[in-house]
Amino acid sequence: MNLSIDASFMEQSITDFLNNKFPGKVLGDYTYRGQFSLYVTADALYEIALALKEEAALSFDFLVDICSVDHLGKAWESEGRYEIVYTLLSLEHTYRFMLRVKIADHTVAPQSLCDIWHSANWLEREVWDMMGIEFKKHPNLTKIVTDDDLEGHPLRKDFGLVYEEPQFSHNHDEVLITPDNPNH
Amino acid sequence: MGLEEKIPDGIALTTLDAMVNWARKRSVWPLGFGLACCAIEMMSTIASRFDMARFGMEVMRSSPRQADLMIVAGRVSNKMVPVLRRLYDQMPNPKWVISMGACASCGGIFNNYAIKQGVDRVVPVDIYVPGCPPRPEQLIDGILMLYKKIEKESVKRPLITQPNAQTQDERPGEVSGQPHRNPSGELNK
Ligand code: SF4
Repeated sequence: MNLSIDASFMEQSITDFLNNKFPGKVLGDYTYRGQFSLYVTADALYEIALALKEEAALSFDFLVDICSVDHLGKAWESEGRYEIVYTLLSLEHTYRFMLRVKIADHTVAPQSLCDIWHSANWLEREVWDMMGIEFKKHPNLTKIVTDDDLEGHPLRKDFGLVYEEPQFSHNHDEVLITPDNPNH
Repeated sequence: MGLEEKIPDGIALTTLDAMVNWARKRSVWPLGFGLACCAIEMMSTIASRFDMARFGMEVMRSSPRQADLMIVAGRVSNKMVPVLRRLYDQMPNPKWVISMGACASCGGIFNNYAIKQGVDRVVPVDIYVPGCPPRPEQLIDGILMLYKKIEKESVKRPLITQPNAQTQDERPGEVSGQPHRNPSGELNK
């Protein structure tokens, strides 16, 4: 195991590897405070992830986390409303980086990565539960975090606050808890 | 004067209520039930610096069957509501509830989709302790107020009518204008 691996060397080899193997599928890179990420297209994500795991020189054998971002109302929303961020870790090279995918809508989500990393199963369920991104071919895309009665996906920016008016003595009658006001 | 002069030394007369309430209030067994950050203050209340044992609470029970006080320490999420109600139903009578902190009392800063806006919508609450989090002194003050409340109770009057009595409204001697919801979210009658 090579613990002293050079980060810029890894960045270069990932980019070269993907550009050779999947020409046109890597849309760009992005570095923030030394964290390297690559934007790829949603249709090629599954193949890219599989190749990153199986290529011996890279061997990203651990999917650490999946996050999602809602760009609603931002200037760059036209590039795709949702962004999914996959954090990959190579235990062999002790190197981690992020794969990022932008999608226009929650229905055009990439394919599920459950077959590649088992950890993707629950992580994708969480992303679906909180943001409503419907991963394709997921074996069991059901609720994992929110309670069963909740409808909708709370982390979406258009979900609403579901704010409940507190009841004080001065507005006791207006905020009466009644069956018509079932938000309780 | 009267009857007391005639009885031998070492015997005192009192009412059954006073006797039972004295025994009850001096050995309240709390249920170890921390839900969020408030639980840290609750733990501190038990530990040596504040030492709840001074008030007859030596130990937190981990089983609701052995407890008669539920200290709801923290925000109650909607997913926790059925669990909380079930634990409450499993506690033997007589039983009391302290709602500790802003979150348990009214939702606190979490006015959102996931948090119950007050644990009194699930179980009847005896004492509300405000604060975010309340200091251990405040919790102890709440416990002492609960003792005062226990002193006023009577063995003749059932504290809570049925194990499944859902609401504060059903408790004798208490007034509440609000309908309450059971864990499945339906309004109680
Ligand atoms: S009242 Fe404050 S300390 Fe207590 S659970 Fe709520 S946020 Fe945490």
